Amino acid sequence: MKMDMSQYLDVFLEESKEHLESLNQKLLELEKHSQDISVLNEIFRAAHTLKGMSSTMGFDDLADLTHHMENILSDLKEGMLEVNSQVVDVLFQCFDRIQLIIERIESNNSGAIDNSELIFLLENVKSGNGQFGVANEMAGNSPEANRDIRVDQILTDPNTFGFNDYDITVLKEAASKDFKIHYIKLGVDKNCLMKAVRAFMVFRALEEDSEIIKSIPPAQEIEEGKFEEYFEIFVVSGSERQELENRLNNISEIKVLAIQEMDISDIQPEKQTMSIEAAPEIKESSQDNTEPKKAHKVKQTVRVDIDRLDSLMNLVGELVMHKGRLEQIGASSKINELNETIEQIDRISTDLQSVVMKVRMVPVEQVFNRFPRMVRDLAKDLNKEVDFLMEGKETELDRTVIDEIGDPLVHLLRNSIDHAIESPQERLRAGKSQKGTVMLRARHEGNNVYIEVEDDGAGINVKRVLEKGIEKGIITAKEAEQMNQDDAIGLLFTSGFSTAQNVTDVSGRGVGLDVVKTKIESLSGEIFVDSRPGKGTRFRIKLPLTLAIIQALMISVRDEIYAIPLGSVDETTMIKNHDIKMVQNQEVIVLRGNVLPLFRLSSLLEIPGEIEREDEMYVVVVRKAERQIGLVVDTLIGQQEIVIKALGKILAGIPGIAGAIVAGDGHVRLIIDIATLF
Amino acid sequence: MENMPNTVGDTYGQGEIQVVAFRLGKEEYAVDILNVQEINRLLDITRVPRAARHIEGVVNLRGNIIPIINLHTRFNLQAAGDQEDKRIIVFQFDDIKTGIIVDEVSEVLSLNKNDIEETSNVYNSISADLIKGIARVDDRLFLLLDILKIFE
Repeated sequence: MKMDMSQYLDVFLEESKEHLESLNQKLLELEKHSQDISVLNEIFRAAHTLKGMSSTMGFDDLADLTHHMENILSDLKEGMLEVNSQVVDVLFQCFDRIQLIIERIESNNSGAIDNSELIFLLENVKSGNGQFGVANEMAGNSPEANRDIRVDQILTDPNTFGFNDYDITVLKEAASKDFKIHYIKLGVDKNCLMKAVRAFMVFRALEEDSEIIKSIPPAQEIEEGKFEEYFEIFVVSGSERQELENRLNNISEIKVLAIQEMDISDIQPEKQTMSIEAAPEIKESSQDNTEPKKAHKVKQTVRVDIDRLDSLMNLVGELVMHKGRLEQIGASSKINELNETIEQIDRISTDLQSVVMKVRMVPVEQVFNRFPRMVRDLAKDLNKEVDFLMEGKETELDRTVIDEIGDPLVHLLRNSIDHAIESPQERLRAGKSQKGTVMLRARHEGNNVYIEVEDDGAGINVKRVLEKGIEKGIITAKEAEQMNQDDAIGLLFTSGFSTAQNVTDVSGRGVGLDVVKTKIESLSGEIFVDSRPGKGTRFRIKLPLTLAIIQALMISVRDEIYAIPLGSVDETTMIKNHDIKMVQNQEVIVLRGNVLPLFRLSSLLEIPGEIEREDEMYVVVVRKAERQIGLVVDTLIGQQEIVIKALGKILAGIPGIAGAIVAGDGHVRLIIDIATLF
Repeated sequence: MENMPNTVGDTYGQGEIQVVAFRLGKEEYAVDILNVQEINRLLDITRVPRAARHIEGVVNLRGNIIPIINLHTRFNLQAAGDQEDKRIIVFQFDDIKTGIIVDEVSEVLSLNKNDIEETSNVYNSISADLIKGIARVDDRLFLLLDILKIFE
């Protein structure tokens, strides 16, 4: 009988992607810390789970590949193989293949992929490093020796057992009372069906005169049977080693793989070893540094279809909208009871809104995680040496923004590595360190999230930019003379501009920074550049926390009503007709010593109607890329929470229009996008 | 909802298609019913500045915002008929939901594919590639619109 698996396909794809992500991350870590058993364990776990899932789903090609990966990984874990760049490369290739297979499954592209060449590679690695393995196996003839090797293997990495100060105190006290400390590695029969029961029996057998101090995986997981073919424990016991071994071996399907008596002086608290281990290489966010590097903690989560979240958001949006309407009614009717209730509703809906918003927030980690691999590959291809650092991976952004931000960041990173970071020789000649640094930072500030891509490369060559601008006919030679550095850098964002000397595979394919800018602006964000010649360049992206519900200023011009996002409004003011001056055919006003250009929304948006010259007018002062601009409107209606809706494919990309809202009276009102209005 | 034969699939196979017929100015047009989501009375339309000339604006359709295309402007036709008769036909394609304003929705018809003539230069007030063909039913002529092309 063949079961219909299609309903599980979504879950399978979703989970596979998660495991792929963790694989990718851990492989990169493995490259840096080849001795770290816990990293190997994670990789092994990911591969193993993928194997299990894929064979359940009937994707045999994937199951077979992961099976072979698992073989290698278990050899690596056991110390029969050494982690070297060759092994890591092969593992990366496998990772790529798994990704490909999963993508094919996702796009419904059936038909197995032939992985034989990769499997051959894997086998080759397995036997190629054979001397080490063989030697080990020979030593393995004497069980005693074999055990000790394995125990040493574990003990060289004290991270595996994270002893805290408390544990150490317990151990010391035990030692002082003549108790023995044992390290025991227990194997469970491969075919064992009830691992949890066996584990329980182990605990029972030990509890009469021993205490388990630490275990891998944690005791809870062991009790639930959540372990592979073995688990490891540290016990304080009144019994001798031989006695313990016999007692445990008596449990059916359980085998003592290794047992070793430990000396208290061998055991160090975790923190000390961490500070030595972690400091030099891992330069992630400061938070990661202080936190001991442990296996990923699994949080309790529920998988929810994104569509459901969206419709929840929509409903909350409607609720917020009608709440606004109720407030209006309440204000005019002046019934106390009604107003009290409205206040309650206001409070609840505000809370509800913030909860829903939080549900939709995703850490940028999701996007960032694929970058280390990309940077590594890119730097290798281009023969450049790059240190890639990431900060603030935990910063959260709305899902809608997360989905869109990946491509622009890829572009900026590629740009940095391809154009900005010089070759090692050039860097040495310029008196810099041979290795370039590219930094990706995310941080939260008020209602915005900033993402920065910074490098210590050559900086933007303003002269070349100008030459190129003239060459491409974007500016004239005369214009170029008058341009300052900021204006020149701004040219990079005009379409059809790319300064790469050579067209490489990486960038300079005609897709320029203008695409990045357009994308960021479509997310209601802004992009800034700082560059110092010879020192480096920094791209700063400013994004709104969420695109779903924002505060807006409602204004009217003639018969039309528009919303201006409060994020771009600096202030509102009233001016008199004679305050307006003309400078180079442009209306300006002077506001507290600053000269602001003045635009009339009615003419910018070609709003039909009579031109009325009134003596007084309202001006909304908005901010566009650090510059203030005055917008003349007819009336200020007030501040309102709005739920942004997209205008859809047909109307996408109209400059100056960011989207639409459904107002309390059911009318559609448009949202003005200041960044693209002028 | 009008009564539709429950054998759409079958008749389709035998070379018949179901269309919604409507009036633009003095002319009669038809669109494949499979893409029609609903037909509405005229809703409040909000003008979208800087949009293409034939975009009349956007409407609120039960919380969804939908662009409305004015085919009169697009085809250079004079609007005719009562304001009361005007309708918005809403189309749903994969990722596009859009409406058009028509002067009157007349009926749902079954057209035999054999009765549909290919158009090359039969008709010149509308660019020919927006027209899938011309159907003749009794004495009436229907221009069969390729509505997706209009939206692109």
